[in-house]
Amino acid sequence: MADVRLQQAHEVVYNGFHRARLAAAGDTENWEAQRDLGKAIKDHTIANLDYYLDMLATNVEKNGGKVYFAHDAADANAYVRGLAQSNGVETVIKSKSMVSEEMGLNHVLEADGLEVVETDLGEYIVQLAGEAPYHIIAPAIHKSKEQVADLLAKEAGSERRETTEQLTRQAREMLREVFRRADMSITGANFAVAETGSIVLVTNEGNGRMATSMPRIHVAAMGMEKLVPSAADLSAMLRILIRSATGQRISCYVTMVNGPRAHDEEDGPEEFHLVIMNNGRDRLLRDESLREALNCIRCGACMNSCPVYRKVGGHSYGWVYPGPIGSIVSPVLTGLKDGAKLPAASSLCGACHDACPVKINIPRMLLELRSQTAQGEPDPAQRVSGMGERFTWKAWQQGMMSRRRFEAGSSVGKFMSSPLKKDGWLKKAPPPISGWTDSRDFPAPANQTFGKWFAAREK
Amino acid sequence: MAAESSQTSPSRVNLFVTCLVDQFVPSVGMSVVNILEANGIEVNFPPDQTCCGQPAFNSGFRNDARPVASRFLDVFEATDGPIVCPSGSCVAMVRNFYKDLFRGYPDELARAQRLSKRIFEFTEFLVDVLGIEDLGFQTNVNATYHRCCHLLRELHIDDQPISLMENLDGLELTAMERDEVCCGFGGAFSVKMSDVSTAMLTEKLDNVVATGASTLIAGDTGCIMHMQGGLRRRGSDVQVVHIAELLDAKSEVNRFSAS
Repeated sequence: MADVRLQQAHEVVYNGFHRARLAAAGDTENWEAQRDLGKAIKDHTIANLDYYLDMLATNVEKNGGKVYFAHDAADANAYVRGLAQSNGVETVIKSKSMVSEEMGLNHVLEADGLEVVETDLGEYIVQLAGEAPYHIIAPAIHKSKEQVADLLAKEAGSERRETTEQLTRQAREMLREVFRRADMSITGANFAVAETGSIVLVTNEGNGRMATSMPRIHVAAMGMEKLVPSAADLSAMLRILIRSATGQRISCYVTMVNGPRAHDEEDGPEEFHLVIMNNGRDRLLRDESLREALNCIRCGACMNSCPVYRKVGGHSYGWVYPGPIGSIVSPVLTGLKDGAKLPAASSLCGACHDACPVKINIPRMLLELRSQTAQGEPDPAQRVSGMGERFTWKAWQQGMMSRRRFEAGSSVGKFMSSPLKKDGWLKKAPPPISGWTDSRDFPAPANQTFGKWFAAREK
Repeated sequence: MAAESSQTSPSRVNLFVTCLVDQFVPSVGMSVVNILEANGIEVNFPPDQTCCGQPAFNSGFRNDARPVASRFLDVFEATDGPIVCPSGSCVAMVRNFYKDLFRGYPDELARAQRLSKRIFEFTEFLVDVLGIEDLGFQTNVNATYHRCCHLLRELHIDDQPISLMENLDGLELTAMERDEVCCGFGGAFSVKMSDVSTAMLTEKLDNVVATGASTLIAGDTGCIMHMQGGLRRRGSDVQVVHIAELLDAKSEVNRFSAS
């Protein structure tokens, strides 16, 4: 939390992205109605997920593409590896894909001796640094210009460039070479449209368009929730996605891919494969109290608005998805017990719920996960709470179940704090209150409860 | 809502003072009583009340929270008329979160839904139900206002406290930067995730102090204890005052400041 560079990045997240979203929302007529529409589209799609996935697969195949339903990351990796091997692929270019981060795909392909290069500038920078994305739409926001200059110079074996223009030109030249020699591209999908069998990429750099048109084989990887029924639905979702992500009314590029090159077309890939991955999403689907998490369109607005994200940073969340939505998705997809700290790391301030373009009630779901891990319900194996904590809440309950014990608790607190207090406040207290008094004074109970005051007054 | 309700303006209300006010800051409850009585409303304090159950609920211990919440329903179902509460957080618990707490308990769920129509946050009650926006006295306070999370984003109560403050003669309000951002309290979060909570508090208090105001106004006692505790630790003289105390002509903040 002390790193000045990271604090600067977090300021950009708030002053840049967060404020840009607010401005874009303010400039958009019927913004609230558009959010409601987005929520309704996603609710409907997820409620009929099997139907629309089937429609999507049928239409992709009709367009000449192939569809692979992957149960988990290993399954998806095996499919992509198999494709690369059977086609003699040597160089793979990637356009931004969070699902491929879930798969750990780069490492899998590199272990096979393939060259794998990210082509989104931010992703390229974190790849050169050997790091994970810091933010889902601004992966390298934690890197300074100087750090980027060093990384590019080292990779290119060149002199260190200075200005932003020089650096972007350098990256562009380096990447252009890779684009030319790549045999395969792997992209994500911001959306898939069931009725047309299209996948849609939203970018500002144009790398998505190059990646989907230059190499011989194009593989798109998506989570099984990222589809909409129709082109009209897509239009509604693009409006809220882009405004919520960057505050733009439209991104520089919106690329729609309708399968491989048809025989009357001049360019495009020879093969198109769509990998639709589950990887634990069925756990969200089955749990009605968490299903709403599948409505997420990965815009990043929740992390931009989140005061916790802005203090702990994007690398503190332990897995692919940072921020408030990550605190729901990550523990459920990777194992609730291991990720139980994530739902606990929230003040429940609700800024994420306010910011979400599809109105996902993130605080409500964080509370659901807290309950599942505190009590081990419905699954006792997921319980993480210790004996001490469980005893504390039982004792609390006993205190609150009678006014007499409530008053007694107040008197005990008063008695115990009296030798320590100064002007009614404590500088030190035993655990667990010490967690508070390490950095803040803690109030001693009042001399008289309100209840006693009121009763005395009525006499 | 204001126009409709003010036709049948209640003459008697039930006060849910909240466990924090009851035990730590009774002066907030006294101010609520003073204001309501000054406006001709009789205040009933159901003497058996304790807590709405939120602390355990927020920590995930729903099985411990449920009997306490159920008891809350018992205590207030025995009364008639509106329930007034000087906390956005506790009203949000009843209005928004009881439906999660009582999921699978249809009887309590139905009772909670009925009761949630009777409960009002204090400033919401003054403005929307009683139609009072001007308390009609003079003060001399230089303050800044923190928009507490649950009041603002769970209940969408924002215009009500602001119009009450704007109509208060002699209150000089200076807006702070990022007044909508959480102070880092979050109940048990402030203890369990102390480092993160403190970092959030530091940013909040920097923004408070930068206004130069001598008083910080807020609507929820948890947040108030947190911010006051942080201000004290950094040696600041800024006093954190609940909005009910600000709006009470007889409270300490107005007595000291009366010109």
